[in-house]
Amino acid sequence: MAIIETTNLHRDYQDGDSIIRAVDGINLSVEEGEFTAIIGPSGSGKTTLLNLIGGLDNPSQGEVIVDQKEIHELSDNELINFRLRHIGFVFQAYNLIPVLSAKENVEFIMQLQGKSAKERSKRALELLKAVGLEQQAHKRPNELSGGQQQRVAVARALASKPSFVLADEPTANLDSKSTEDLLDIMHKLNQEEGITFLFSTHDQRVIDRAQRLVYVEDGKIKSDTKK
Amino acid sequence: MLFKMAWRNVWRNKRRSIITMASVSFALFFALVMRSMQLGTYDQAYSSVINATTGYLQWQGEGYWEKQSLERSFSPNEEDLAKIENHPEVIDLVPRLESFALLASDHSDTRPGLIRGIEADKESLYFGLADKIESGHLPAKGENGVVLAKKLAENLGLSIGDTLVIIGQGYHGMSANGKYPVIGLAKLPNPDANKSTVFIGLEQMQELTGAFGQYTGLVLIPKSTDKLAALKTELSAKLSEGSEILTWREMMPELIQAMEADSAGGLAILFILYLVIGFGIFGTILMLSAERRPEFGILISIGMNRARLAVTTFMETSFLSLLGILLGSILSLPISWYYHLNPIQLSGEMEKMTEEYGMEPIIPFSVDPSIWLTHGLVVLVISMILGLYAVFSIYRLSPVKAMRR
Ligand SMILES: Nc1ncnc2c1ncn2[C@@H]1O[C@H](COP(=O)(O)OP(=O)(O)OP(=O)(O)O)[C@@H](O)[C@H]1O
Ligand SMILES: [Mg+2]
Repeated sequence: MAIIETTNLHRDYQDGDSIIRAVDGINLSVEEGEFTAIIGPSGSGKTTLLNLIGGLDNPSQGEVIVDQKEIHELSDNELINFRLRHIGFVFQAYNLIPVLSAKENVEFIMQLQGKSAKERSKRALELLKAVGLEQQAHKRPNELSGGQQQRVAVARALASKPSFVLADEPTANLDSKSTEDLLDIMHKLNQEEGITFLFSTHDQRVIDRAQRLVYVEDGKIKSDTKK
Repeated sequence: MLFKMAWRNVWRNKRRSIITMASVSFALFFALVMRSMQLGTYDQAYSSVINATTGYLQWQGEGYWEKQSLERSFSPNEEDLAKIENHPEVIDLVPRLESFALLASDHSDTRPGLIRGIEADKESLYFGLADKIESGHLPAKGENGVVLAKKLAENLGLSIGDTLVIIGQGYHGMSANGKYPVIGLAKLPNPDANKSTVFIGLEQMQELTGAFGQYTGLVLIPKSTDKLAALKTELSAKLSEGSEILTWREMMPELIQAMEADSAGGLAILFILYLVIGFGIFGTILMLSAERRPEFGILISIGMNRARLAVTTFMETSFLSLLGILLGSILSLPISWYYHLNPIQLSGEMEKMTEEYGMEPIIPFSVDPSIWLTHGLVVLVISMILGLYAVFSIYRLSPVKAMRR
């Protein structure tokens, strides 16, 4: 069963007199366990599409159904809560709360969910171990490399046990070694834990590792291939 | 964890936070020291004037204060007296019978003066009259003798052992003439009083004026001077017709006016200090809300609801001002305390001026905790209101826009 389903999704931006159709009629369905990359040239609408799926932006037209729920029917507060419980986010940069340690960053999201201190601590350490950072648990983000920060962000995204992880260009700021490491981790989590990933990327190495490629141009899906 | 986050965020931009706190604490420091000095001066001015003149509350014949004539003196009935004396908030009653008269010695001109019939023990106990005696003593109960204010004695050429002649008008058209031995000299701080006052035993005064059993006023000694108006109202309700109770504010409106004019100047300075504090805090809050936008965007995206985020940020800005408030209060305390215990001595013109008003030429600082509480709270409230700006911007924030660079 699909965990993400968009139908006839549109997002228009007003730019002076002209209208930019950033997302222009996208129908996309993502099944549980997928490792899917959204690719396409700059300005093609990848970020806009992910924002719509993540409930961060409102469509001009069309529907986004996540876990059987039309998310744009929810109020602002309900939507925030929905994100907290159903979607893990990894952004391109500045993901982490600078004043919290790596472990506290991972725990933070579980705290928002109201999990007990014991459970939070245990799971945060497990997740940091899974991304290879148990030694770094007590470091603040500014004491970590860019790649390590992104791995903590992945750990945090998983902390809430979401249905899937959305990542907009998670490797854009990383060198090739860090990119490889992050991809290994995401791939492993996908293979071993069955975590669903939906991410956008420009990076050929990431494209090579993806299992399904959705090619977007001018806000439309031009091709959709599974390996 | 939200608390921890807020606290750590305060220290995130250390320099800015320290500058903000320092500006809050310095401005508050000045506000507090200034206010402590001002209110301390008023307290001491009020109390010295009040103690030297009317007392805090007086029970008088109706209309006496306007005319200040013996004809309006009164004699309280037993019932009223019992009610007032037994009221738990009233410690004691100090009776007085006062009148103007002409004074003379056998070798000088006559001079006008104020004859105050008093009970010396009570005047000394509550108003420190005995401390003002330079030589001789106050008339004991039943003793036939007068104490002259120093300057008056000089003008009349009288000293202890000489005889004072009083020529005046008594109660109900009687004449009030008498001769009394001078038994003491008093130095009164107020120059006018020092030129004109004569103290005499209450009974001697009643006899002199023929106003037997009459008083021009009974000074009430209240347990606390905080709620005089309420006490007045309560007591007045118990009295039968023909007498009334006045507070010092009613008896000396000029004193209040002078102080209020002065206080207004102080409030203007306070206002400016608050403005400084307000702008300092607001600048920081503006910068903070602007630079945190991407972070706020991410927090809302990952599922932190706006209320929680707003509370955390509100805590942060409140901590900032709270620390400034604490620092400013702690810094000002030793200074106020020091000058409370060791009041500043005035000299030269200032000394003369205060003495003319019948006050001691000193500036004691007040350490009334309400000064710290009031101003600390005012600053906290100002900062909280300004902190709402950050709250407001969080509620308006669109995560997508906030994260776009
Ligand atoms: N808030 C906005 N206001 C106006 N135009 C916007 C806004 N957001 C996006 N756009 C426009 O919509 C189009 C799609 O942008 P989007 O960021 O989704 O592209 P993208 O595929 O993520 O590009 P990149 O690979 O550079 O990240 C672009 O033309 C962009 O200029
Ligand atoms: Mg993009």
